[in-house]
Amino acid sequence: MNFEMPNFALAMPEMFVLGMACLILLVDLFLNERSRVVTYLLSQATLVGAFILTLSLYTPVRELTFSGTFVLDPMASVLKMAVYAVVFVMFLYTRSYLQARQMFTGEFYTLALFGVLGMMVMISAHSFLTLYLGLELLSLSMYAMVALQRDNRVASEAAMKYFLLGAMASAMLLYGMSMLYGVTGSLDLGEISRAIDEGEIERMLLVFGLVFMLVGVAFKLGAVPFHMWVPDVYHGAPTAVTQFISTAPKIAAFALLIRLLVDGLGGLQSEWHDILVLLAILSISVGNIIAIAQTNIKRMLAYSGIAHAGFLILGVLSGTAEGYAAGMFYVIVYAVMGLAGFGMVLLMSRAGFEADSLEDYKGLNQRNPWFALMVLFIMFSMAGVPPFIGFWAKLAVLQAVVASGLIWLAVLAVIFSVIGAFYYLRVIKLMYFDAPADEARIEPGRELAAVFSGNALVILAMGLFPGALMAICIQAFAL
Amino acid sequence: MIALSDYLTVAAILFGLSVVGMFINRKNIIVLLMCIEMMLLAVNINFIAFSHYLGDVTGQIFVFFILTVAAAEAAIGLAILVVLFRNRGTINVTDMDTLKG
Repeated sequence: MNFEMPNFALAMPEMFVLGMACLILLVDLFLNERSRVVTYLLSQATLVGAFILTLSLYTPVRELTFSGTFVLDPMASVLKMAVYAVVFVMFLYTRSYLQARQMFTGEFYTLALFGVLGMMVMISAHSFLTLYLGLELLSLSMYAMVALQRDNRVASEAAMKYFLLGAMASAMLLYGMSMLYGVTGSLDLGEISRAIDEGEIERMLLVFGLVFMLVGVAFKLGAVPFHMWVPDVYHGAPTAVTQFISTAPKIAAFALLIRLLVDGLGGLQSEWHDILVLLAILSISVGNIIAIAQTNIKRMLAYSGIAHAGFLILGVLSGTAEGYAAGMFYVIVYAVMGLAGFGMVLLMSRAGFEADSLEDYKGLNQRNPWFALMVLFIMFSMAGVPPFIGFWAKLAVLQAVVASGLIWLAVLAVIFSVIGAFYYLRVIKLMYFDAPADEARIEPGRELAAVFSGNALVILAMGLFPGALMAICIQAFAL
Repeated sequence: MIALSDYLTVAAILFGLSVVGMFINRKNIIVLLMCIEMMLLAVNINFIAFSHYLGDVTGQIFVFFILTVAAAEAAIGLAILVVLFRNRGTINVTDMDTLKG
Protein backbone atom coordinates (compact mmCIF):
# COMPACT_ATOMS: atom_id res chain seq x y z
CA MET A 1 0.00 0.00 0.00
CA ASN A 2 1.66 3.19 -1.06
CA PHE A 3 0.29 6.58 -0.31
CA GLU A 4 0.96 9.30 -2.77
CA MET A 5 0.81 12.88 -1.56
CA PRO A 6 -1.96 14.60 -3.55
CA ASN A 7 -1.27 17.86 -5.32
CA PHE A 8 -3.26 20.17 -3.06
CA ALA A 9 -2.48 23.23 -5.17
CA LEU A 10 -4.99 22.20 -7.84
CA ALA A 11 -7.83 22.33 -5.33
CA MET A 12 -6.85 25.69 -3.87
CA PRO A 13 -10.07 27.47 -4.93
CA GLU A 14 -12.20 24.78 -3.27
CA MET A 15 -10.20 24.94 -0.06
CA PHE A 16 -10.36 28.72 -0.08
CA VAL A 17 -14.14 28.78 -0.50
CA LEU A 18 -14.58 26.14 2.21
CA GLY A 19 -12.38 28.05 4.63
CA MET A 20 -14.06 31.34 3.93
CA ALA A 21 -17.57 29.88 4.21
CA CYS A 22 -16.71 28.50 7.67
CA LEU A 23 -15.12 31.81 8.63
CA ILE A 24 -18.19 33.77 7.51
CA LEU A 25 -20.40 31.40 9.50
CA LEU A 26 -18.37 32.25 12.60
CA VAL A 27 -17.96 35.96 11.99
CA ASP A 28 -21.67 36.33 11.36
CA LEU A 29 -22.42 35.14 14.90
CA PHE A 30 -20.70 38.18 16.35
CA LEU A 31 -22.38 40.75 14.15
CA ASN A 32 -25.48 42.73 15.02
CA GLU A 33 -28.15 43.73 12.52
CA ARG A 34 -26.48 46.96 11.53
CA SER A 35 -23.10 45.50 10.72
CA ARG A 36 -24.52 42.55 8.79
CA VAL A 37 -23.11 44.15 5.66
CA VAL A 38 -19.73 42.69 6.68
CA THR A 39 -21.07 39.21 5.94
CA TYR A 40 -22.15 40.38 2.53
CA LEU A 41 -18.80 41.99 1.76
CA LEU A 42 -16.87 38.93 2.95
CA SER A 43 -19.00 36.69 0.73
CA GLN A 44 -18.33 38.87 -2.27
CA ALA A 45 -14.62 38.92 -1.42
CA THR A 46 -14.65 35.11 -1.25
CA LEU A 47 -16.03 34.90 -4.77
CA VAL A 48 -13.51 37.41 -6.08
CA GLY A 49 -10.67 35.57 -4.36
CA ALA A 50 -11.80 32.23 -5.74
CA PHE A 51 -12.03 33.76 -9.21
CA ILE A 52 -8.44 35.01 -9.00
CA LEU A 53 -7.21 31.64 -7.68
CA THR A 54 -8.99 29.72 -10.43
CA LEU A 55 -7.70 32.09 -13.07
CA SER A 56 -4.14 31.72 -11.84
CA LEU A 57 -4.45 27.91 -11.89
CA TYR A 58 -5.72 27.85 -15.46
CA THR A 59 -3.80 25.32 -17.52
CA PRO A 60 -4.51 24.19 -21.06
CA VAL A 61 -3.88 20.57 -20.04
CA ARG A 62 -5.80 18.04 -17.96
CA GLU A 63 -4.43 17.34 -14.50
CA LEU A 64 -5.62 14.70 -12.05
CA THR A 65 -5.02 14.66 -8.33
CA PHE A 66 -6.37 13.11 -5.09
CA SER A 67 -5.91 9.59 -6.52
CA GLY A 68 -7.76 10.50 -9.68
CA THR A 69 -10.93 11.75 -8.00
CA PHE A 70 -10.35 15.40 -8.83
CA VAL A 71 -9.65 16.83 -12.26
CA LEU A 72 -8.63 20.28 -13.38
CA ASP A 73 -9.04 20.95 -17.08
CA PRO A 74 -9.89 24.09 -19.08
CA MET A 75 -13.62 23.25 -18.98
CA ALA A 76 -13.54 23.06 -15.18
CA SER A 77 -11.72 26.38 -14.88
CA VAL A 78 -14.04 28.23 -17.23
CA LEU A 79 -17.23 26.82 -15.71
CA LYS A 80 -16.04 27.58 -12.19
CA MET A 81 -15.28 31.16 -13.13
CA ALA A 82 -18.71 31.43 -14.70
CA VAL A 83 -20.25 30.16 -11.46
CA TYR A 84 -18.39 32.74 -9.36
CA ALA A 85 -19.39 35.53 -11.70
CA VAL A 86 -23.04 34.51 -11.73
CA VAL A 87 -23.24 34.17 -7.95
CA PHE A 88 -21.41 37.49 -7.51
CA VAL A 89 -23.99 39.26 -9.65
CA MET A 90 -26.77 37.38 -7.86
CA PHE A 91 -25.53 38.74 -4.52
CA LEU A 92 -25.48 42.26 -5.96
CA TYR A 93 -29.04 41.86 -7.23
CA THR A 94 -30.59 40.39 -4.12
CA ARG A 95 -29.20 42.59 -1.36
CA SER A 96 -32.01 45.12 -1.24
CA TYR A 97 -34.67 42.41 -1.73
CA LEU A 98 -33.31 40.49 1.23
CA GLN A 99 -33.04 43.59 3.40
CA ALA A 100 -36.67 44.50 2.73
CA ARG A 101 -37.83 41.04 3.84
CA GLN A 102 -35.73 40.41 6.95
CA MET A 103 -33.81 37.76 5.02
CA PHE A 104 -30.51 39.64 4.97
CA THR A 105 -28.89 37.11 7.28
CA GLY A 106 -25.72 35.10 7.43
CA GLU A 107 -27.60 31.90 6.54
CA PHE A 108 -28.38 33.06 3.03
CA TYR A 109 -24.75 33.84 2.29
CA THR A 110 -23.17 30.80 3.92
CA LEU A 111 -25.67 28.44 2.28
CA ALA A 112 -25.04 30.06 -1.08
CA LEU A 113 -21.28 29.73 -0.60
CA PHE A 114 -21.58 26.06 0.40
CA GLY A 115 -23.71 25.65 -2.70
CA VAL A 116 -20.92 27.23 -4.74
CA LEU A 117 -18.46 24.80 -3.16
CA GLY A 118 -20.73 21.90 -4.12
CA MET A 119 -20.86 23.16 -7.69
CA MET A 120 -17.06 23.48 -7.78
CA VAL A 121 -16.59 19.91 -6.55
CA MET A 122 -19.11 18.67 -9.10
CA ILE A 123 -17.44 20.55 -11.94
CA SER A 124 -14.02 19.12 -11.02
CA ALA A 125 -15.21 15.62 -10.15
CA HIS A 126 -13.52 12.67 -11.77
CA SER A 127 -15.10 9.88 -9.77
CA PHE A 128 -18.66 8.90 -8.86
CA LEU A 129 -17.84 9.66 -5.25
CA THR A 130 -16.84 13.30 -5.76
CA LEU A 131 -19.63 13.79 -8.26
CA TYR A 132 -22.20 12.58 -5.74
CA LEU A 133 -20.77 14.54 -2.83
CA GLY A 134 -20.66 17.77 -4.84
CA LEU A 135 -24.19 17.25 -6.05
CA GLU A 136 -25.53 16.62 -2.55
CA LEU A 137 -23.71 19.58 -1.05
CA LEU A 138 -25.31 21.78 -3.69
CA SER A 139 -28.76 20.20 -3.37
CA LEU A 140 -28.90 20.29 0.41
CA SER A 141 -27.93 23.97 0.41
CA MET A 142 -30.63 24.71 -2.12
CA TYR A 143 -33.38 22.86 -0.21
CA ALA A 144 -32.55 24.90 2.87
CA MET A 145 -32.42 28.16 0.92
CA VAL A 146 -35.89 27.63 -0.53
CA ALA A 147 -37.28 27.27 3.00
CA LEU A 148 -35.26 30.20 4.34
CA GLN A 149 -38.32 32.41 4.83
CA ARG A 150 -39.75 30.42 7.69
CA ASP A 151 -43.20 32.02 7.89
CA ASN A 152 -43.87 31.77 4.17
CA ARG A 153 -46.49 29.07 3.50
CA VAL A 154 -45.84 28.80 -0.21
CA ALA A 155 -42.07 28.64 0.19
CA SER A 156 -42.23 25.82 2.73
CA GLU A 157 -44.45 23.80 0.43
CA ALA A 158 -42.08 24.44 -2.47
CA ALA A 159 -39.13 23.38 -0.31
CA MET A 160 -40.84 20.13 0.67
CA LYS A 161 -41.66 19.26 -2.94
CA TYR A 162 -38.16 20.14 -4.04
CA PHE A 163 -36.65 18.07 -1.26
CA LEU A 164 -38.75 14.96 -1.91
CA LEU A 165 -38.25 14.94 -5.67
CA GLY A 166 -34.60 15.96 -5.41
CA ALA A 167 -33.77 13.24 -2.91
CA MET A 168 -35.52 10.68 -5.10
CA ALA A 169 -33.54 11.82 -8.13
CA SER A 170 -30.29 11.53 -6.15
CA ALA A 171 -31.25 8.00 -5.15
CA MET A 172 -31.92 7.10 -8.78
CA LEU A 173 -28.54 8.51 -9.75
CA LEU A 174 -26.91 6.47 -6.99
CA TYR A 175 -28.66 3.29 -8.06
CA GLY A 176 -27.31 3.81 -11.56
CA MET A 177 -23.85 4.45 -10.12
CA SER A 178 -23.99 1.24 -8.09
CA MET A 179 -24.87 -0.75 -11.22
CA LEU A 180 -22.02 0.77 -13.20
CA TYR A 181 -19.66 0.18 -10.30
CA GLY A 182 -20.71 -3.44 -10.27
CA VAL A 183 -20.11 -4.05 -13.96
CA THR A 184 -16.97 -1.98 -14.42
CA GLY A 185 -15.41 -2.54 -10.97
CA SER A 186 -14.42 1.06 -10.42
CA LEU A 187 -15.76 4.43 -9.34
CA ASP A 188 -13.15 6.36 -11.30
CA LEU A 189 -14.55 7.88 -14.49
CA GLY A 190 -11.33 7.21 -16.40
CA GLU A 191 -11.26 3.54 -15.38
CA ILE A 192 -14.94 3.13 -16.23
CA SER A 193 -14.37 4.64 -19.66
CA ARG A 194 -11.45 2.23 -20.22
CA ALA A 195 -13.49 -0.77 -19.07
CA ILE A 196 -16.28 0.12 -21.47
CA ASP A 197 -13.89 0.61 -24.38
CA GLU A 198 -12.50 -2.87 -23.89
CA GLY A 199 -15.94 -4.06 -24.87
CA GLU A 200 -16.12 -7.17 -22.71
CA ILE A 201 -19.03 -5.98 -20.62
CA GLU A 202 -22.61 -6.87 -21.41
CA ARG A 203 -24.10 -3.74 -23.05
CA MET A 204 -27.50 -4.37 -21.48
CA LEU A 205 -26.12 -4.01 -17.94
CA LEU A 206 -24.35 -0.77 -18.81
CA VAL A 207 -27.49 0.67 -20.35
CA PHE A 208 -29.47 -0.31 -17.25
CA GLY A 209 -27.13 1.78 -15.09
CA LEU A 210 -27.03 4.56 -17.67
CA VAL A 211 -30.82 4.97 -17.70
CA PHE A 212 -31.01 5.38 -13.93
CA MET A 213 -28.20 7.91 -13.99
CA LEU A 214 -29.82 9.89 -16.79
CA VAL A 215 -33.04 10.13 -14.75
CA GLY A 216 -31.06 11.79 -11.97
CA VAL A 217 -29.22 14.16 -14.29
CA ALA A 218 -32.38 15.10 -16.23
CA PHE A 219 -34.02 15.93 -12.93
CA LYS A 220 -31.20 18.24 -11.92
CA LEU A 221 -31.31 19.96 -15.30
CA GLY A 222 -35.10 20.24 -15.12
CA ALA A 223 -35.67 18.38 -18.39
CA VAL A 224 -39.09 16.92 -19.26
CA PRO A 225 -40.43 14.40 -18.05
CA PHE A 226 -38.58 15.13 -14.78
CA HIS A 227 -39.51 18.80 -14.65
CA MET A 228 -42.49 18.74 -12.25
CA TRP A 229 -40.54 20.47 -9.49
CA VAL A 230 -39.24 23.38 -11.59
CA PRO A 231 -42.34 25.62 -11.84
CA ASP A 232 -43.45 24.96 -8.27
CA VAL A 233 -40.05 25.67 -6.77
CA TYR A 234 -39.36 28.75 -8.89
CA HIS A 235 -42.80 30.07 -8.03
CA GLY A 236 -42.77 29.25 -4.34
CA ALA A 237 -39.22 30.23 -3.42
CA PRO A 238 -38.39 33.84 -2.56
CA THR A 239 -37.33 35.54 -5.81
CA ALA A 240 -33.77 35.99 -4.59
CA VAL A 241 -33.45 32.23 -4.07
CA THR A 242 -35.16 31.51 -7.38
CA GLN A 243 -32.58 33.65 -9.07
CA PHE A 244 -29.85 31.56 -7.46
CA ILE A 245 -31.26 28.11 -8.20
CA SER A 246 -32.19 28.94 -11.77
CA THR A 247 -28.75 30.10 -12.85
CA ALA A 248 -25.50 28.85 -11.32
CA PRO A 249 -26.66 25.24 -10.60
CA LYS A 250 -27.55 24.85 -14.29
CA ILE A 251 -23.89 25.45 -15.10
CA ALA A 252 -22.93 22.74 -12.62
CA ALA A 253 -25.60 20.41 -14.03
CA PHE A 254 -24.06 20.86 -17.46
CA ALA A 255 -20.70 19.84 -16.01
CA LEU A 256 -22.38 16.80 -14.42
CA LEU A 257 -23.78 15.82 -17.81
CA ILE A 258 -20.39 16.16 -19.51
CA ARG A 259 -18.46 14.37 -16.75
CA LEU A 260 -20.85 11.42 -16.66
CA LEU A 261 -21.71 10.99 -20.30
CA VAL A 262 -18.54 12.09 -22.05
CA ASP A 263 -15.71 11.46 -19.58
CA GLY A 264 -17.22 8.33 -18.06
CA LEU A 265 -19.63 6.76 -20.52
CA GLY A 266 -18.25 8.12 -23.79
CA GLY A 267 -18.18 4.56 -25.09
CA LEU A 268 -21.96 4.34 -24.79
CA GLN A 269 -22.59 7.35 -26.99
CA SER A 270 -24.85 5.47 -29.39
CA GLU A 271 -27.04 4.50 -26.43
CA TRP A 272 -27.32 7.84 -24.62
CA HIS A 273 -27.69 9.74 -27.86
CA ASP A 274 -31.23 8.44 -28.43
CA ILE A 275 -32.31 9.09 -24.85
CA LEU A 276 -31.00 12.66 -25.03
CA VAL A 277 -32.85 13.26 -28.32
CA LEU A 278 -36.08 12.28 -26.58
CA LEU A 279 -35.35 14.45 -23.51
CA ALA A 280 -34.48 17.42 -25.71
CA ILE A 281 -37.61 17.20 -27.88
CA LEU A 282 -39.90 16.78 -24.88
CA SER A 283 -38.28 19.65 -22.97
CA ILE A 284 -38.36 22.10 -25.84
CA SER A 285 -41.96 21.30 -26.79
CA VAL A 286 -43.54 20.98 -23.35
CA GLY A 287 -41.56 23.94 -21.93
CA ASN A 288 -42.50 26.32 -24.71
CA ILE A 289 -46.13 25.29 -25.00
CA ILE A 290 -47.03 25.25 -21.31
CA ALA A 291 -45.26 28.58 -20.76
CA ILE A 292 -47.91 30.21 -22.95
CA ALA A 293 -50.63 29.33 -20.46
CA GLN A 294 -48.88 30.91 -17.46
CA THR A 295 -50.05 34.10 -15.79
CA ASN A 296 -47.32 34.14 -13.16
CA ILE A 297 -44.05 35.46 -14.53
CA LYS A 298 -41.89 33.24 -12.31
CA ARG A 299 -43.73 30.16 -13.57
CA MET A 300 -43.40 31.44 -17.13
CA LEU A 301 -39.66 31.84 -16.69
CA ALA A 302 -39.55 28.36 -15.14
CA TYR A 303 -41.11 26.78 -18.23
CA SER A 304 -38.85 28.90 -20.38
CA GLY A 305 -35.94 27.47 -18.36
CA ILE A 306 -37.18 23.95 -19.12
CA ALA A 307 -37.16 24.76 -22.83
CA HIS A 308 -33.65 26.20 -22.50
CA ALA A 309 -32.53 22.98 -20.78
CA GLY A 310 -33.76 21.14 -23.87
CA PHE A 311 -31.57 23.31 -26.09
CA LEU A 312 -28.61 22.69 -23.82
CA ILE A 313 -29.12 18.93 -24.21
CA LEU A 314 -29.31 19.39 -27.98
CA GLY A 315 -25.74 20.70 -27.89
CA VAL A 316 -24.44 17.74 -25.89
CA LEU A 317 -26.18 15.00 -27.85
CA SER A 318 -24.25 15.66 -31.04
CA GLY A 319 -21.28 13.98 -29.37
CA THR A 320 -18.64 16.23 -30.93
CA ALA A 321 -16.30 18.78 -29.36
CA GLU A 322 -18.14 21.53 -31.29
CA GLY A 323 -21.42 20.34 -29.82
CA TYR A 324 -20.09 20.34 -26.26
CA ALA A 325 -18.66 23.82 -26.80
CA ALA A 326 -22.05 24.97 -28.11
CA GLY A 327 -23.75 23.45 -25.07
CA MET A 328 -21.30 25.19 -22.75
CA PHE A 329 -21.84 28.49 -24.55
CA TYR A 330 -25.59 27.96 -24.21
CA VAL A 331 -25.51 27.26 -20.50
CA ILE A 332 -23.37 30.31 -19.71
CA VAL A 333 -25.61 32.51 -21.85
CA TYR A 334 -28.69 31.01 -20.19
CA ALA A 335 -27.26 31.82 -16.77
CA VAL A 336 -26.71 35.44 -17.79
CA MET A 337 -30.24 35.70 -19.20
CA GLY A 338 -31.74 33.94 -16.19
CA LEU A 339 -30.06 36.45 -13.88
CA ALA A 340 -31.59 39.27 -15.88
CA GLY A 341 -35.01 37.61 -16.10
CA PHE A 342 -35.38 37.12 -12.36
CA GLY A 343 -33.54 40.41 -11.82
CA MET A 344 -36.49 42.02 -13.55
CA VAL A 345 -38.87 40.49 -10.98
CA LEU A 346 -36.58 41.69 -8.16
CA LEU A 347 -36.50 45.16 -9.65
CA MET A 348 -40.28 45.49 -9.84
CA SER A 349 -40.98 44.10 -6.40
CA ARG A 350 -40.95 46.06 -3.20
CA ALA A 351 -41.59 45.23 0.45
CA GLY A 352 -44.89 43.37 0.64
CA PHE A 353 -45.30 43.18 -3.12
CA GLU A 354 -43.70 40.45 -5.23
CA ALA A 355 -44.47 41.63 -8.81
CA ASP A 356 -44.73 38.05 -9.97
CA SER A 357 -47.88 38.38 -12.05
CA LEU A 358 -47.79 39.26 -15.74
CA GLU A 359 -50.39 41.97 -14.99
CA ASP A 360 -47.78 43.87 -13.00
CA TYR A 361 -45.80 44.53 -16.16
CA LYS A 362 -48.65 46.29 -17.97
CA GLY A 363 -47.69 49.73 -19.19
CA LEU A 364 -44.16 49.56 -17.83
CA ASN A 365 -43.10 51.84 -20.66
CA GLN A 366 -45.25 54.66 -19.29
CA ARG A 367 -44.00 54.12 -15.77
CA ASN A 368 -40.32 53.85 -16.61
CA PRO A 369 -39.22 53.76 -20.27
CA TRP A 370 -35.60 52.85 -19.50
CA PHE A 371 -36.48 49.71 -17.55
CA ALA A 372 -39.01 48.78 -20.22
CA LEU A 373 -36.25 48.95 -22.82
CA MET A 374 -34.01 46.73 -20.68
CA VAL A 375 -36.82 44.17 -20.26
CA LEU A 376 -37.29 44.31 -24.04
CA PHE A 377 -33.60 43.37 -24.48
CA ILE A 378 -33.97 40.43 -22.10
CA MET A 379 -37.14 39.11 -23.69
CA PHE A 380 -35.75 39.40 -27.22
CA SER A 381 -32.60 37.62 -26.13
CA MET A 382 -34.51 34.76 -24.49
CA ALA A 383 -36.70 34.41 -27.58
CA GLY A 384 -33.56 34.22 -29.73
CA VAL A 385 -33.90 37.41 -31.75
CA PRO A 386 -30.65 38.77 -33.24
CA PRO A 387 -28.50 40.69 -32.41
CA PHE A 388 -28.91 39.57 -28.78
CA ILE A 389 -26.79 36.82 -27.27
CA GLY A 390 -29.66 34.34 -27.04
CA PHE A 391 -29.70 34.17 -30.82
CA TRP A 392 -26.04 33.17 -31.09
CA ALA A 393 -26.46 30.54 -28.41
CA LYS A 394 -29.37 28.92 -30.26
CA LEU A 395 -27.51 29.23 -33.56
CA ALA A 396 -24.40 27.48 -32.21
CA VAL A 397 -26.44 24.61 -30.79
CA LEU A 398 -28.47 24.20 -33.99
CA GLN A 399 -25.30 24.23 -36.08
CA ALA A 400 -23.92 21.38 -34.00
CA VAL A 401 -27.16 19.44 -34.40
CA VAL A 402 -27.19 19.95 -38.17
CA ALA A 403 -23.52 18.97 -38.39
CA SER A 404 -24.34 15.67 -36.71
CA GLY A 405 -26.92 14.98 -39.44
CA LEU A 406 -30.13 15.44 -37.42
CA ILE A 407 -31.70 18.10 -39.62
CA TRP A 408 -35.27 17.13 -38.63
CA LEU A 409 -34.38 17.72 -35.00
CA ALA A 410 -33.03 21.19 -35.75
CA VAL A 411 -36.19 22.05 -37.69
CA LEU A 412 -38.36 20.84 -34.81
CA ALA A 413 -36.35 22.92 -32.31
CA VAL A 414 -36.74 26.03 -34.46
CA ILE A 415 -40.51 25.50 -34.82
CA PHE A 416 -40.93 25.23 -31.05
CA SER A 417 -38.78 28.26 -30.36
CA VAL A 418 -40.97 30.26 -32.74
CA ILE A 419 -43.97 29.08 -30.72
CA GLY A 420 -42.05 30.06 -27.59
CA ALA A 421 -41.41 33.56 -28.97
CA PHE A 422 -45.12 34.21 -28.41
CA TYR A 423 -44.93 34.39 -24.65
CA TYR A 424 -41.77 36.48 -24.62
CA LEU A 425 -43.32 38.94 -27.03
CA ARG A 426 -46.50 39.01 -24.95
CA VAL A 427 -44.49 40.55 -22.10
CA ILE A 428 -43.28 43.24 -24.50
CA LYS A 429 -46.83 43.84 -25.72
CA LEU A 430 -48.04 44.24 -22.12
CA MET A 431 -45.27 46.73 -21.39
CA TYR A 432 -45.68 48.92 -24.43
CA PHE A 433 -49.31 48.72 -25.52
CA ASP A 434 -51.36 48.22 -22.36
CA ALA A 435 -52.36 50.79 -19.79
CA PRO A 436 -50.62 50.41 -16.44
CA ALA A 437 -52.70 48.65 -13.79
CA ASP A 438 -50.48 49.84 -10.96
CA GLU A 439 -49.39 53.48 -10.91
CA ALA A 440 -46.94 53.20 -8.03
CA ARG A 441 -43.49 54.46 -8.92
CA ILE A 442 -40.74 51.92 -9.43
CA GLU A 443 -38.08 52.82 -6.92
CA PRO A 444 -35.32 50.26 -6.86
CA GLY A 445 -32.14 51.22 -5.08
CA ARG A 446 -29.47 52.78 -7.23
CA GLU A 447 -27.34 49.63 -6.92
CA LEU A 448 -30.12 47.32 -8.13
CA ALA A 449 -31.02 49.61 -11.04
CA ALA A 450 -27.37 49.79 -12.10
CA VAL A 451 -26.84 46.02 -11.89
CA PHE A 452 -30.02 45.35 -13.83
CA SER A 453 -29.19 47.84 -16.58
CA GLY A 454 -25.64 46.54 -16.73
CA ASN A 455 -26.85 42.95 -17.03
CA ALA A 456 -29.27 43.79 -19.84
CA LEU A 457 -26.62 45.82 -21.66
CA VAL A 458 -24.18 42.92 -21.32
CA ILE A 459 -26.75 40.73 -23.08
CA LEU A 460 -26.73 43.22 -25.95
CA ALA A 461 -22.94 43.66 -25.95
CA MET A 462 -22.29 39.92 -25.90
CA GLY A 463 -24.72 39.59 -28.79
CA LEU A 464 -22.80 42.14 -30.79
CA PHE A 465 -19.46 40.47 -30.02
CA PRO A 466 -20.15 36.78 -29.37
CA GLY A 467 -16.74 35.66 -30.63
CA ALA A 468 -14.76 35.97 -27.40
CA LEU A 469 -16.94 33.71 -25.24
CA MET A 470 -17.36 31.24 -28.08
CA ALA A 471 -13.58 31.04 -28.50
CA ILE A 472 -13.19 30.31 -24.78
CA CYS A 473 -15.80 27.55 -24.97
CA ILE A 474 -14.19 25.95 -28.02
CA GLN A 475 -10.80 26.08 -26.37
CA ALA A 476 -12.19 24.33 -23.30
CA PHE A 477 -12.95 21.24 -25.37
CA ALA A 478 -9.91 21.44 -27.63
CA LEU A 479 -7.97 18.80 -25.68
CA MET B 1 -23.72 -19.85 -0.57
CA ILE B 2 -25.62 -16.69 -1.29
CA ALA B 3 -24.98 -15.53 -4.85
CA LEU B 4 -24.47 -11.94 -5.96
CA SER B 5 -27.75 -12.03 -7.84
CA ASP B 6 -29.65 -12.69 -4.61
CA TYR B 7 -28.33 -9.51 -3.06
CA LEU B 8 -29.10 -7.57 -6.19
CA THR B 9 -32.65 -8.94 -6.24
CA VAL B 10 -33.25 -7.90 -2.65
CA ALA B 11 -31.88 -4.43 -3.39
CA ALA B 12 -34.01 -4.10 -6.52
CA ILE B 13 -37.15 -5.18 -4.64
CA LEU B 14 -36.43 -2.68 -1.85
CA PHE B 15 -35.75 0.08 -4.36
CA GLY B 16 -38.87 -0.73 -6.34
CA LEU B 17 -41.02 -0.84 -3.21
CA SER B 18 -39.83 2.56 -2.09
CA VAL B 19 -40.41 4.14 -5.53
CA VAL B 20 -43.92 2.68 -5.58
CA GLY B 21 -44.38 3.90 -2.01
CA MET B 22 -43.52 7.44 -3.05
CA PHE B 23 -46.05 7.44 -5.85
CA ILE B 24 -49.03 5.71 -4.29
CA ASN B 25 -48.72 7.23 -0.84
CA ARG B 26 -51.49 9.80 -0.44
CA LYS B 27 -51.33 10.34 3.28
CA ASN B 28 -48.28 11.32 5.19
CA ILE B 29 -45.06 13.08 4.24
CA ILE B 30 -43.09 11.19 6.90
CA VAL B 31 -43.79 8.00 4.96
CA LEU B 32 -42.23 9.66 1.92
CA LEU B 33 -39.11 10.45 3.93
CA MET B 34 -38.94 6.82 4.97
CA CYS B 35 -39.22 5.76 1.32
CA ILE B 36 -36.26 7.97 0.46
CA GLU B 37 -34.18 6.41 3.22
CA MET B 38 -35.11 2.97 1.97
CA MET B 39 -34.03 3.83 -1.57
CA LEU B 40 -30.62 4.83 -0.26
CA LEU B 41 -30.35 1.65 1.78
CA ALA B 42 -31.17 -0.41 -1.29
CA VAL B 43 -28.31 1.32 -3.08
CA ASN B 44 -26.06 0.53 -0.12
CA ILE B 45 -26.87 -3.17 -0.37
CA ASN B 46 -25.94 -3.04 -4.04
CA PHE B 47 -22.63 -1.35 -3.32
CA ILE B 48 -21.66 -3.72 -0.54
CA ALA B 49 -22.59 -6.81 -2.53
CA PHE B 50 -20.60 -5.64 -5.53
CA SER B 51 -17.71 -4.58 -3.35
CA HIS B 52 -17.58 -8.00 -1.71
CA TYR B 53 -17.77 -9.96 -4.94
CA LEU B 54 -15.28 -7.72 -6.75
CA GLY B 55 -12.88 -7.80 -3.80
CA ASP B 56 -12.59 -4.02 -3.99
CA VAL B 57 -13.09 -1.79 -0.95
CA THR B 58 -14.02 1.47 -2.71
CA GLY B 59 -17.65 0.38 -2.85
CA GLN B 60 -17.73 0.06 0.93
CA ILE B 61 -16.17 3.48 1.32
CA PHE B 62 -18.87 4.89 -0.89
CA VAL B 63 -21.45 3.34 1.43
CA PHE B 64 -20.04 5.29 4.39
CA PHE B 65 -20.39 8.50 2.42
CA ILE B 66 -23.96 7.63 1.42
CA LEU B 67 -24.90 6.92 5.04
CA THR B 68 -23.45 10.25 6.16
CA VAL B 69 -25.15 12.20 3.41
CA ALA B 70 -28.43 10.37 4.11
CA ALA B 71 -28.25 11.52 7.73
CA ALA B 72 -27.73 15.14 6.64
CA GLU B 73 -30.51 14.78 4.13
CA ALA B 74 -32.92 13.42 6.74
CA ALA B 75 -32.04 16.33 9.03
CA ILE B 76 -32.87 18.88 6.35
CA GLY B 77 -35.99 16.99 5.32
CA LEU B 78 -37.33 16.90 8.87
CA ALA B 79 -36.43 20.56 9.38
CA ILE B 80 -38.45 21.50 6.30
CA LEU B 81 -41.25 19.28 7.57
CA VAL B 82 -41.33 21.17 10.88
CA VAL B 83 -41.49 24.50 9.06
CA LEU B 84 -44.27 23.17 6.86
CA PHE B 85 -46.25 21.90 9.83
CA ARG B 86 -45.92 25.21 11.67
CA ASN B 87 -47.21 27.10 8.65
CA ARG B 88 -50.07 24.80 7.77
CA GLY B 89 -50.89 22.59 10.73
CA THR B 90 -50.97 19.51 8.52
CA ILE B 91 -48.52 17.19 6.82
CA ASN B 92 -50.96 15.46 4.50
CA VAL B 93 -49.65 14.96 0.99
CA THR B 94 -52.99 15.93 -0.53
CA ASP B 95 -52.91 19.31 1.20
CA MET B 96 -49.78 20.36 -0.67
CA ASP B 97 -51.73 21.90 -3.51
CA THR B 98 -51.22 25.65 -3.26
CA LEU B 99 -48.74 25.67 -6.10
CA LYS B 100 -50.03 24.55 -9.43
CA GLY B 101 -50.51 25.75 -12.97
